[in-house]
Amino acid sequence: MRLPPGVSSHDFSSALTQFANAVGKEWVFTSDDDVNTYRDSYSPFWHEPEEPIPSAAVAPDGVEQVQAVVKIANNFKIPLWIISTGKNLGYGGSAPLLGGSMVLDLKRMDRIIEVNEKNHYALVEPGVSYFDLYRYIQDKGLKVLIDPADPGWGSLIGNAVDRGGGRTPMRDHFDAHCGMEIVLPDGEVMRTGMGALPDSKTWQQYRYGFGPYVDGLFSQSSLGVVTKMGFWLFPQPEAYLTGSVTVMKRDDLIPLVAGLAYLMNSGIVLGTTSVANPLAFARRDPALAALYAKPGGASTEELEQYAQEKNLGFWSVELPFYGPAKVVAAQWEYAKEKFSTIPGVKFTEGTINRFPIKPDELPQFNSVAVGIPSLSVFGVGSARSEGHIWFSPIIPMTGEAILEAQKVFTDAYKELGMSMGPMFFLGPSSNYPRCFLVLFGFPIEHDIEKNRKNRENFKKIVQVAAEHGWGEYRTHTAFMETVAQTYSFNNHALLRFHETVKDAVDPNGILAPGKCGIWPKHMRKARA
Amino acid sequence: MKTVSAGLLVGIVLVFVAGAGSAQEASRSSAWTRTTPKSEGEPKGYVQFQDYCSMCHGEGPGQPGTMALQAKYKGAQPALLSQRTDLTPQLIKLYVRNGTSIMPIFRKTEISDADLDLIADYLTRNNKK
Repeated sequence: MRLPPGVSSHDFSSALTQFANAVGKEWVFTSDDDVNTYRDSYSPFWHEPEEPIPSAAVAPDGVEQVQAVVKIANNFKIPLWIISTGKNLGYGGSAPLLGGSMVLDLKRMDRIIEVNEKNHYALVEPGVSYFDLYRYIQDKGLKVLIDPADPGWGSLIGNAVDRGGGRTPMRDHFDAHCGMEIVLPDGEVMRTGMGALPDSKTWQQYRYGFGPYVDGLFSQSSLGVVTKMGFWLFPQPEAYLTGSVTVMKRDDLIPLVAGLAYLMNSGIVLGTTSVANPLAFARRDPALAALYAKPGGASTEELEQYAQEKNLGFWSVELPFYGPAKVVAAQWEYAKEKFSTIPGVKFTEGTINRFPIKPDELPQFNSVAVGIPSLSVFGVGSARSEGHIWFSPIIPMTGEAILEAQKVFTDAYKELGMSMGPMFFLGPSSNYPRCFLVLFGFPIEHDIEKNRKNRENFKKIVQVAAEHGWGEYRTHTAFMETVAQTYSFNNHALLRFHETVKDAVDPNGILAPGKCGIWPKHMRKARA
Repeated sequence: MKTVSAGLLVGIVLVFVAGAGSAQEASRSSAWTRTTPKSEGEPKGYVQFQDYCSMCHGEGPGQPGTMALQAKYKGAQPALLSQRTDLTPQLIKLYVRNGTSIMPIFRKTEISDADLDLIADYLTRNNKK
């Protein structure tokens, strides 16, 4: 059996007995077969000794059991890695950052405590997935929309505290939360916001409570175990309308994105959209491939001419509108007016879908955009892949930034000899307000050499991005240290603040050591 | 994404064609249900298959498991797991607890051993005895 780092086998064995007394013997996992199920299915270290495999796992059911587990871990100084549904694939899955940590598995805590359709909120435990909450709402016929992450098996709490995003007006999942219940590293339970007032009537309605607002400290964090969390829900709208805007020239991107930013920041477009390059979808066309293959590549004029001849357009965005049918129709009309100043702009009318969306309407669009969870995101390349990890920088919501990022990352990929396949430069997407998220998929294979090369390349790409002022919004456990080091303003002042807080709140460093580059004092290396 | 979606739709059409020969359950869909499934009138393990598998291995659009099996067998076996007659409980458990390709590992806190036994019952119900 693996041991947690710094823990004797005698102590570990005593701790396991105490864990079993606290949660029941069947919910403490120590056999190789059971521990194997906590590995990261998409680990970039597969078949390598560096793969961070846990020593054991413990699965409490209820906040009192979580408190007991955390107290025992604290007594024996056993590092715990916290997972909710454990499906954070591409970012570490159910495996710890530090090998030998015990996994604290919260999947059994799957109670939907309340869904309120008058004030439009939900209060849930960490094991509740988007699929679970969606079915609960359908069973009861409640008129609220949920905002799933693309993979529907994700946890509302796990995704929100990792600051994941969705597609509807409530797509910034951490921003959509209201009130948390947290077990602190000493086993104490704390409620945030109005939850700090005993018998509060507004825990899920007013976020801030009184005094400093601390909720952000518990996102991408190693300071506590979130055991309940409230989420604001969008009222089920009357209609969902989409319309596409296509422009014909490369530099039309600049007014296109300026118009999009205006519509989003004014609250007219309130969903996730992506800036698409229709030429990218046509790259297998021999005529286009021949243009790209020319010495020095295709010129902008040649590409524009190709796009014109094929009636493809150079850039397009599909605008999503949610609300009363009359209102969304008027919003689309206004958007067209706004973009009509771009010469040659084309508009494609979408259909109006009325809620509830019927199953036979689904193939028209991604069901996640209308609040129906799915796993269809795994369909791309599913037949030949062993998984993927994401490089995911945030760039400004401007056309200039997209053009610059495309050039910078294309050059970097070429220099590193990386393939610019279908997972290169996905997006840029408006999953978060005021900026674009760009996704780059790095394939995972059960091939040591390829994974090593990919890991090196990933670290180099993080540096290239940072040199241009672009940082990751989230990353796989394997790269948390690398990414944390890029957020280095004033000699790492932010990271040093996090370390001060970590030492005060979790002096034994038992919760998620190393998460987001924050190590407990006894494991901290001297900074270069 | 438009080109990709068109590709997926072609895959789905192929899946339905491939599945059409299995008349035993022609009327029953294995698509993920939007409400909690009921066990009445359904084979043993149907509810557990619904809860844990159908969102990836069911019928209908956007089913990565079904699409991957279509790509793998090209019609030599049904792409829908619920129409297979050659699976063994051991094989089903091996895949669920170890994953394969992009299908991740499933832990006992997600699918208990008892539920996994029921899923195996469901997926082997049409095997020749």
